[in-house]
Amino acid sequence: MSNRYSEVLTKPVFDSNPITIQVLGICSALAVTTSLKTTLIMCAAVIAVLMLSNTTVSIIRHHIPASIRIIIQMTIIASLVIVVDQFIKAYAFEMSKTLSVFVGLIITNCIIMGRAEAFAMHNPPGLSLLDGLGHGIGYSVVLIIVATLRELLGTGKLLGYTLMPSVFDGGWYYPNSMMLLAPSAFFIIGLLIWAQHSWKSHQADKD
Amino acid sequence: MLEHYLNIFIKAVFVENIILVFFLGMCTFLAVSKRVETAIGLGMAVIMMMTLSVPINNAIYHYLLRDGAWAWAGLPDLDLSFLGLVTYIGVIAAMVQILEMVLERYFPALQHALGIFLPLITVNCAILGASLFMVEREYSFNESMVYGIGSGIGWALAIIMMAAIREKLKYADVPDGLQGLGIAFITAGLMSLGFMSFSGIKL
Repeated sequence: MSNRYSEVLTKPVFDSNPITIQVLGICSALAVTTSLKTTLIMCAAVIAVLMLSNTTVSIIRHHIPASIRIIIQMTIIASLVIVVDQFIKAYAFEMSKTLSVFVGLIITNCIIMGRAEAFAMHNPPGLSLLDGLGHGIGYSVVLIIVATLRELLGTGKLLGYTLMPSVFDGGWYYPNSMMLLAPSAFFIIGLLIWAQHSWKSHQADKD
Repeated sequence: MLEHYLNIFIKAVFVENIILVFFLGMCTFLAVSKRVETAIGLGMAVIMMMTLSVPINNAIYHYLLRDGAWAWAGLPDLDLSFLGLVTYIGVIAAMVQILEMVLERYFPALQHALGIFLPLITVNCAILGASLFMVEREYSFNESMVYGIGSGIGWALAIIMMAAIREKLKYADVPDGLQGLGIAFITAGLMSLGFMSFSGIKL
């Protein structure tokens, strides 16, 4: 049984990563990754919502009528997102301005809806909690990689600390400001998918 | 005045294209952009939904949720804006349902063509995102209508272009690991780069 738990937890991190393999929840993955700090907050928010929604849906799974389950899941997720949103506004107001609408958009993040529907509806709360955590971590790993690349190459800094002094401050690194713009996010994720598919070649999807 | 509205429209379609600049609605964008025909169908559905849902949410926000919106009822301190998220998503889900029934009754051919895509739109972040941006930018009712149509057209434009490119890509010699999803991302990146040339356009 313990095997099952660890499988549920670790599988989504590499083997069936929600972003690079299942292509879910891309929207926020691209938009918040211009700096590592916003990304970390966003990841924490997604992990929290994902774990709580999975657990809640799983606890009441026997009482949800099949015909209106989507609306019920949606309401649970939306309420959780409101809590997280208010929490960020209360304790990190500046950050909530930077994240703008993207915390709200966690509601339509397909990972959360997808896990509630595909996993939490058929599994006990403990497993669902771990499944939520696993998928949250899988999502976060990709986001953190993308954000690190973008912030480091775009500004020469990481979390506000200068790692590569830019020419504007008398250093040697000439910041590649394209990294902070939209296209670079697409390129980086595209390359990550390439890397992942080559590493686990049996999973490459045939188009 | 007309210029002001035209400006919002151009901005929503090109300068701040909701897919290529804000990355909203990516999941559907990547999943349903393999054929031009389906892309057109989905694009139409999104335009319709945006045109309806953004102004409706705008009205709800202004008359029910905004800080002080209940002043006329003797409740000037009531601020319901925290209910925004759950209200917007409820409105969108309900609108999708109504739209589906109306189409089924009056335009069965169109409804058949849209098929599964119509219900899927509920979880399309572009629609919810447009409503949230509308609130954040404090658009008036008329502005929100123009913004809704513009964002819808921008989204449709991007997905149709993407589908057209992907149809051609079938005949291209793409490296193994990059096939399918990988190359779709790179293509989207290049399109996004192209759309950046619109930035700064103002009427």
